[in-house]
Amino acid sequence: MSQAYTAGLKLAGRIRHRVCRRLPIPGQVLVQVGQEVSAQQVVARTWLPGEVTMVNVAHRLAVEPADVPGLMQVQVGQQVQAGQLLAQTKGFFGLFRSQLTAPISGTIENISEVTGQVILRGPPQPVELRAYLAGRVTEVLPGEGVWIEADVALLQGIFGIGGEAYGPIRFACQRPDQPLEADCLDESMQGAVVVGGGRVSAQALQRARQLGLSAIITGGIDDQDLREFLGYDLGVAITGSEAVGLTLILTEGFGDIAMQRRSWELLASHEGRLASVNGATQIRAGVIRPEVIIPLRQPAGDEQPGRFPQADQSPKSSPLKADALSPSVLSEQVSGRTEVELSSSPKGPTLQIGSLVRIIRAPYFGLVGRVVDLPTIPQVLPSGVKARVAEVELSDGQRVVVPRANLEWIEEY
Amino acid sequence: MREFFRGSAMSKPLAEQINIILATDCGSTTTKAILIEKKGDQYRQTFRGEAPTTVEAPLADVTIGVRNAVRELEELSGRRLLDKEGRLIRPAQADQGCDIYVSTSSAGGGLQMMVAGVIREMTAASAQRAALGAGAIVMDVIATNDRRRPHEQIQRIRELRPDMILLSGGTDGGTVEHVVQLAEWIAPARPQPRFGAQYKLPIIYAGNRDAAPLVAKTLGEQFALSIVPNLRPRLEEENLGPAREKIHDLFLEHVMAHAPGYDKLLQWVDAPIMPTPAAVGNILQQIAQQEGINVLGVDIGGATTDVFSVFDGQFHRTVSANLGMSYSISNVCAEAGLESILRWIHLEMDLSELRNRIKNKMIRPTTIPQTLDDLVFEQAVAREALRLAYEHHRQFAVSLRGVQQQRTVGDLFAQKESGRTLIDPMRLDLLVGSGGVLSHAPRMHQTAAMLIDAFQPEGVTRLAKDSIFMMPHLGVLAQVHPQAALQVFQRDCLIYLGTCVAPRGQGKPGSLCFRYELRGEGGVDSGQVLVGQWRWLPLGPGQTARLRIEPARGWDVGAGSGRVLECIVHGGSVGLVLDGRGRPLLLPADLRQTRILMHQWVAEAGLYPEGP
Repeated sequence: MSQAYTAGLKLAGRIRHRVCRRLPIPGQVLVQVGQEVSAQQVVARTWLPGEVTMVNVAHRLAVEPADVPGLMQVQVGQQVQAGQLLAQTKGFFGLFRSQLTAPISGTIENISEVTGQVILRGPPQPVELRAYLAGRVTEVLPGEGVWIEADVALLQGIFGIGGEAYGPIRFACQRPDQPLEADCLDESMQGAVVVGGGRVSAQALQRARQLGLSAIITGGIDDQDLREFLGYDLGVAITGSEAVGLTLILTEGFGDIAMQRRSWELLASHEGRLASVNGATQIRAGVIRPEVIIPLRQPAGDEQPGRFPQADQSPKSSPLKADALSPSVLSEQVSGRTEVELSSSPKGPTLQIGSLVRIIRAPYFGLVGRVVDLPTIPQVLPSGVKARVAEVELSDGQRVVVPRANLEWIEEY
Repeated sequence: MREFFRGSAMSKPLAEQINIILATDCGSTTTKAILIEKKGDQYRQTFRGEAPTTVEAPLADVTIGVRNAVRELEELSGRRLLDKEGRLIRPAQADQGCDIYVSTSSAGGGLQMMVAGVIREMTAASAQRAALGAGAIVMDVIATNDRRRPHEQIQRIRELRPDMILLSGGTDGGTVEHVVQLAEWIAPARPQPRFGAQYKLPIIYAGNRDAAPLVAKTLGEQFALSIVPNLRPRLEEENLGPAREKIHDLFLEHVMAHAPGYDKLLQWVDAPIMPTPAAVGNILQQIAQQEGINVLGVDIGGATTDVFSVFDGQFHRTVSANLGMSYSISNVCAEAGLESILRWIHLEMDLSELRNRIKNKMIRPTTIPQTLDDLVFEQAVAREALRLAYEHHRQFAVSLRGVQQQRTVGDLFAQKESGRTLIDPMRLDLLVGSGGVLSHAPRMHQTAAMLIDAFQPEGVTRLAKDSIFMMPHLGVLAQVHPQAALQVFQRDCLIYLGTCVAPRGQGKPGSLCFRYELRGEGGVDSGQVLVGQWRWLPLGPGQTARLRIEPARGWDVGAGSGRVLECIVHGGSVGLVLDGRGRPLLLPADLRQTRILMHQWVAEAGLYPEGP
């Protein structure tokens, strides 16, 4: 393919952003078109079907499955309370009856004469869907959810962990290349979206969690430190559901690497403002990158910073709930002065002489420069691989040859 | 139906009238188009174009990517294939159009299935084989004996969003209760389909025929239930065909029909769209059948690795969902362990930097190795990914479990238990590798070395690579024009690397492993290979030679321990590899010793340029 390079991450000072918030199953939408909503406002609500409990009546009463329907004291569709009599045997002349009571409260869903099992469904569980983006409701999908729109500053990270969080932007480092250590953090940062500089240490992450920070945005991390913080090695980059009490967003990647100055400056220009962030990352076809969204029109100040609840009162393992809380799957940018092409578009931005690029693989990993030549004939690299290359002038004036696949285009605005 | 085509496909051409064939494979990221032309009386693949797949927003129409890929073909070939309105020109005339068009698809994550059976090792395993053989990704296998409690299984079923479910269980006339129990778990879980909230989730029932009415009653109206003949009618018999066919039908009717743009694509093609892996399986089965050989094929991608085998006519396929070279590279390292990867590296590397490098490749999967040590490392990872995927395949491709065998006294000395692997590396005739890291390795020797190290073929095995991953196209083409598919497969699809000769056994390093004598067009070459050594001899593409191998005592090259083997060997771009490193190939536990050994092997094979 002719465009063998990575389209850049989005970085925009002002852009109109839309997110779609959709319930996992039909429910009730609580807001109207035109209504202004805050990030934490509940915009839709539904009930997830309750947990299922199987009760093996035939086995427990030592009867044949075919006899079970005749022994039941309750019927399909009937609500029962925990401890209520479910079934009893006929006994011997009405004596020595064996009884079976309901282990949980719920509804009888099925009585099987083949297996002798009874399905008892627990009470439904509520799911509340929050706005995530403070803005205006532009469309209501009846029974499903809403589209919310706002003018925002937007920054995409390269990788993140943890789900949605919300809070004021605070700075913990003085420079974009300053490592984020534990002593950079203090109690005043509780509930904040804290911006670091370069590599964040495992100790800093631990302390951030202890202090109750909402999120950390920084340049890089050592793989070893991430593993220590998560408690396991990450196999594939599909994240967002980690229950680690902190959202982490990396702007550059793994290793000792400084935050790109432009990202740093964008965040610095919004210090103190409220931001919605999401660490969810999916690097597969239909890539999802973590995001920092800063509404340009800030809410009136009644918002409490913090992490978004995983799902109000719903079971943590429910994937349906996870869908409900992954707005970035459905979010899109529709317009804006600094509109960026979506990465899934086949016509991405064109790499040209003069383009600002970041090198994303050894031996020049993390360096930024400008393209000075784009030879058309593929070249043989030191690895022996034949590829189309670009000549890049680094900030110190050095010129290096890099395969185009190892360049990331940096949008200039 | 076919108004898309100029000159309507109602008049479907006869095989002998087909001169120009267009085939596409719509992958999850790239749509690849190839042009096949009849030259004289032979079909040859002539041009190839590709473009990003367009199933996702904002384009959300797979046919846009297909048109873009076809346009690239047009530019390269000079043949006009699309008219002004972007419609395919048919039939072929002079320098424009094509006679038939076929396509495969794995876009949108391919076909994702859940399977269920009563006993995990028996009916559930058969159901899994049926689904995998039909080209599906099996998300989970539910069985009554899988050690999960009912509520955990129901929760799991609820969590999955499969495209369809294959429910099996019980032999005909066997258990009814356990089969109905499976249905009772699925019904309340109410799994949601991935695409389209409105349509009913398809369930294929292929279990005990006596349980079918009860299963239908249990599942009720909330599913689209299809009942097909039992896939395990007796313990001794698997009947996967009807279930596989139904999977393909439902794949087209439900999954494809709900994927963006597929309604249009379905109207364009002259043969049903096949899931990509099913098409690969199809062409490998054809070649194994025609040549009467045992074949093993592997496709290592960015996220997954597929292994296909045809042994004694039996086809098996496995997908290792998280073994791959980019998206899943970190998982390969986690699963194999970094130490195992480092065994294959002759250079010294910084461990902590390597770990970061792996993660950076995971989050920026499209990058390519610029430095030699980066390439060496990637190829080491590939060896482990392939090894793990092959191990997985060997464990899966087994004889039917649960079969009672009648034994004679003689059998006591050669017991063959049920559930043993069918993959015998000594009887493997052809090993085919494909996927970026194998197909695009700078040197063919590197491809051959990765295949040999990972699969450790024994005896005499021919090695090949699928140059541009054309097997899917040919697999689907084989449905309508097997002759063209097989001709292109042999002439253009496969690049023969050569032949590997490796005796089974272990010995003291430096002692004699085998003597050889090679008689070919270039004369006679003879010598010996010592234990712990491999020799790479030139034998060009299309060349053959007569090889005589005389193994040392305790070594078996296929004729028995210490017995002489004489055979014809085929050359290729690499030639002949005489491998005396032992089978299984055991590496020292100490990494420093391994590095010395790897240095020796890299030098003997000429795998990399000198340095760095």
